[in-house]
Amino acid sequence: MFKAIGKQIHIIWSQIVTLWMVFLHLFTKADTVEYPDVKPYMFPRWRGRIILTRDPDGEERCVACNLCAVACPVDCIALQKTEDENGRWYPEFFRINFSRCIMCGFCEEACPTHAIQLTPDFEMAEYVRQDMVWEKEHMLIQGTGKYHDYNFYNVAGKAIGGKGKGEAQNELPPTDRRSLMP
Amino acid sequence: MASITIDGKVFEVDVKNNLLQECLSHAMDLPYFCWHPSMGSVGSCRQCAVIEYANEEDEKGRLVMACMTEPREGARYSIAAASKFRAQAIESIMINHPHDCPVCEEGGECHLQDMTVMSGHTYRRYDGKKKTHNNQYLGPFINHEMNRCITCYRCVRYYKDYAGGTDFGPQASHDNTYFGRWQEGPLESEFSGNLVEVCPTGVFTDKPFSKHYSRKWDLQSSPSVCTGCSVGCNTNPGERYGTLRRIVNRFNDEVNGYFLCDKGRFGAEFVNSSERIPVNMMRDSHNAAPIQIEPDAAKEALKNAAKSAVGIGSPRASMEANFALRELVGEENFYAGIATEELDMLNKIIDIYQSKPVKIASVKDIESSDAVLILGEDLTNTAARLALGVRQSVKNLGRQMGADLNFPIWHDAAIRQLAMDKLSPLYILSPHTTRLDDIAHTTHISSAAHSAKIGMAIAHAIDSTAPDVAGLSKEEKALVNEIAESLKSAKQALIISGTSSLEPALLDAASNIATALQSGDDKANLALVSSESNSMGLALMMQGNAKSLEQAMSASSKTAIVLENDLYRRAPSADVDAFVNSLDNLLVLDHLKNRTGEQANLVLAAATFAESSGTFVNYEGRAQHYYSTFKSDSNIRSSALWLSDKHFNEITAACAVAIANCGAIAELTPGENYNFAGLKAPRQHHRYSGRTSMRANISVHEPKQEQDEDGVMVYSMEGVPAIKDAAVLNSPWAPGWNSNQSLFKFQEFAGGPLKQASNGQRLLSNNSAEKTWYEAGNSDDTSEGYKVFPLYHLFGSEELSAYTPAIQEKATSAYVSLSPEDAAKLGLQASDGVQVEHNGAVPFIVRESIQPGTVGVSVGLKGLNFQDMSAAVSLDKAADWKNPELWRAANIIVSDKRVEGAD
Repeated sequence: MFKAIGKQIHIIWSQIVTLWMVFLHLFTKADTVEYPDVKPYMFPRWRGRIILTRDPDGEERCVACNLCAVACPVDCIALQKTEDENGRWYPEFFRINFSRCIMCGFCEEACPTHAIQLTPDFEMAEYVRQDMVWEKEHMLIQGTGKYHDYNFYNVAGKAIGGKGKGEAQNELPPTDRRSLMP
Repeated sequence: MASITIDGKVFEVDVKNNLLQECLSHAMDLPYFCWHPSMGSVGSCRQCAVIEYANEEDEKGRLVMACMTEPREGARYSIAAASKFRAQAIESIMINHPHDCPVCEEGGECHLQDMTVMSGHTYRRYDGKKKTHNNQYLGPFINHEMNRCITCYRCVRYYKDYAGGTDFGPQASHDNTYFGRWQEGPLESEFSGNLVEVCPTGVFTDKPFSKHYSRKWDLQSSPSVCTGCSVGCNTNPGERYGTLRRIVNRFNDEVNGYFLCDKGRFGAEFVNSSERIPVNMMRDSHNAAPIQIEPDAAKEALKNAAKSAVGIGSPRASMEANFALRELVGEENFYAGIATEELDMLNKIIDIYQSKPVKIASVKDIESSDAVLILGEDLTNTAARLALGVRQSVKNLGRQMGADLNFPIWHDAAIRQLAMDKLSPLYILSPHTTRLDDIAHTTHISSAAHSAKIGMAIAHAIDSTAPDVAGLSKEEKALVNEIAESLKSAKQALIISGTSSLEPALLDAASNIATALQSGDDKANLALVSSESNSMGLALMMQGNAKSLEQAMSASSKTAIVLENDLYRRAPSADVDAFVNSLDNLLVLDHLKNRTGEQANLVLAAATFAESSGTFVNYEGRAQHYYSTFKSDSNIRSSALWLSDKHFNEITAACAVAIANCGAIAELTPGENYNFAGLKAPRQHHRYSGRTSMRANISVHEPKQEQDEDGVMVYSMEGVPAIKDAAVLNSPWAPGWNSNQSLFKFQEFAGGPLKQASNGQRLLSNNSAEKTWYEAGNSDDTSEGYKVFPLYHLFGSEELSAYTPAIQEKATSAYVSLSPEDAAKLGLQASDGVQVEHNGAVPFIVRESIQPGTVGVSVGLKGLNFQDMSAAVSLDKAADWKNPELWRAANIIVSDKRVEGAD
């Protein structure tokens, strides 16, 4: 019988403690943010809205290598390679279906040219699902994004307009194929 | 066989193969670059190093290159112990390799990438500067990016040693070594496209493919068969976003092996042509403007018209399509759609294959022959893959010399050194020199009819019961005896002829020679080349009757259904015009706009090989199935499905039952019940990307998967990968082996036949050991004027590939070829044109080898219809001549062309 009474007292006591704890919370600082009137601080490496960036010379960084597309676990990136008159590869179209995107950031990790980057913007909701299909013109920004100095074609061996063979970083001038000199 | 130990495990190996080949055959991953199953070993890349131990006590061992090592009975090797050496070798190879992978067409199917990963090299420690090289323009087919070269020498060994090219080679020395032409310009070899697959990295890449590039893993592909000629090379087309992107080789041990010709590789883009018929069009009368109609209505119209129609089949349509047409119009109203002359020759080929005691030669048999006689066929231009096969056959003397000295067959450099310029005999009888002259013992210039006479005499010289001919010159008699002796003393003799010269007597002669040679041991091989991808299939369907196009045109029916056939390429224009005008209703099923289709009342958009399944029968009577690569839009249907309401497999099955000798075509696929653990074979790679995005611009809602017509493969990445079950081998891939080198994982041994996938089925075999002869005809031509013989062009003569931009760049407009004497007689200067009787004016070239009094006329090129030529014509200098825009004399690669300004 004492055992039963003790249990009842314990129940009542724990409810009092709970009420007390709740009461104490009246005096703590609120965690809630008054979104959208107040914007939360987003860390620079937050994985949100995807952008395509340009290299320091203002040219499109994307070389349409397809590595982002193949890294994408939900297969929501589709693009087509094309080439300009100088031999520079770029995407003819570049499409991300954001209604499928899970913001995993694998595309950014896979990108060999720092072209595709994820940004701290997360406000991408739409009323119509079709509007979540973004094309290159929606994603291509004017700047370099998070990586300011990298220019892929300066380290690649392929000649493009304005950069001939042997003019990339750490390259010797082209060899003379008619010479047998050591 | 010998038993050897590799890393503690005992293996049974074939001592005829090298150690690398045996390691690969036993599923070990040993990196390599320079070795190639078709080209043997030279040991130049130092990548397949293993440790060989002297005996059981030896712990240190010595480094050997596996590709240059003959496995010894009881020997002990280690792959693991040499891994550090291999990593160092690849590290030094990679020192100058550019940072190009993202912008390299080879990326993702690069043997160098695979081998680098396999050997464990990840970081470039050397911080010196990288060597660079300038690139060359190598023509419309191949991109050159010399920086990526790892100097494995595979390109030179392929291009010069294997394919016989002369305009490409290594230059400079040490780490400056450069591979290219002596100066920029298009590669001359007709097999240059194989450089793309032979090069282990991205030095040589597919130029047309690069223009609309997709990674290997993004290409939807299926096993297919080339439509370019009658050889039936196996191909692997790749599609992305609804367009055909490229063709790569699909291995078939008995047909094309590892290599395709450039027409096969670069000539399939007609599928994307702007000349494609995209929708179904109908009009009431010849002059009315056509209007688009819905597919179902079009099919209804076709069915209604079929009741009283003649059906005209096609040698470039599948067995199923031809059969469906035959069923629709009735057997009595079905005609072959080729000229009587050609149909008779094809029927004769079937007769020879069945009733003469000869062995039908596959390309593999051609490669192993040690004496070859070509009768009147310009192989390089009519069946290019066979010409590459013949190039291998002449090396058999060298291989035999090697074998006599106990050299292993794979010891490529040693055998080449030993043989030097000694070649097995190759004799060519032709009205002009050909591309094979450089390896020919003798090229005898004579007209097709006269070559047939010489052929008959050769048969008589071998076996005196064969009929003899009179009227040969003394030199020709000597040549006859020489050829007869050479064929008789060969281990495996081969006679090649075909239909391209339109001279039936050549087939008789070829048959007689092969029959004469036969002594019951399959020594006599015979290959009779037909003209198109399904010429033989069409002929099989017409067996027992000779209902040719001429008969269809005189059948006095008011309605005609023409299946995938431009009649103007088959009969004189005037006859076709008369026929078309006599019709009330002309129905045409085709892929591309042509002269016949323009006059039709109903045009049905027919699917190409890439969008439909079907069966082709090649020159040797081998039936091969091709699977559709991608689904076309709903207006386009496969011809067989336009013409029949049956399920595709039912058409094949009915065809197999109804057509004599064709029973095997129903057994070419694993059947619609095929599954592996409940799964079908996927057309897409397991890393196919963009699935949820590629058509999201049209609608974000993804449609249901397309249904397949044969029921063997699916238009999806879901299914059982080939590495588990390769009953339908799509593009080969194995873990760690992303490039086409992964093929060995699917072969019985590295370089051997495939374990599972079908090589096709031979439909014809000889069932008689009795020697019977064709009589020598008396076909001396007495007509007046210049005697006409056809000149074929690999690039341009074939109807479909001529719609491909890269092929057009290598083609030229129609022309005639004249002897220097005749050119002088006509008073022709280099910039003149030649007026051909009834056929307008065309440019000309002068060729030393052409006999005076004859004229070679190009076939299928724009500007002149060979069908409109009579057997002999009069020629004149054209007045007010200006060469046409498409005239590109430089594209005509013949050794005997008289260059402007010479003498």
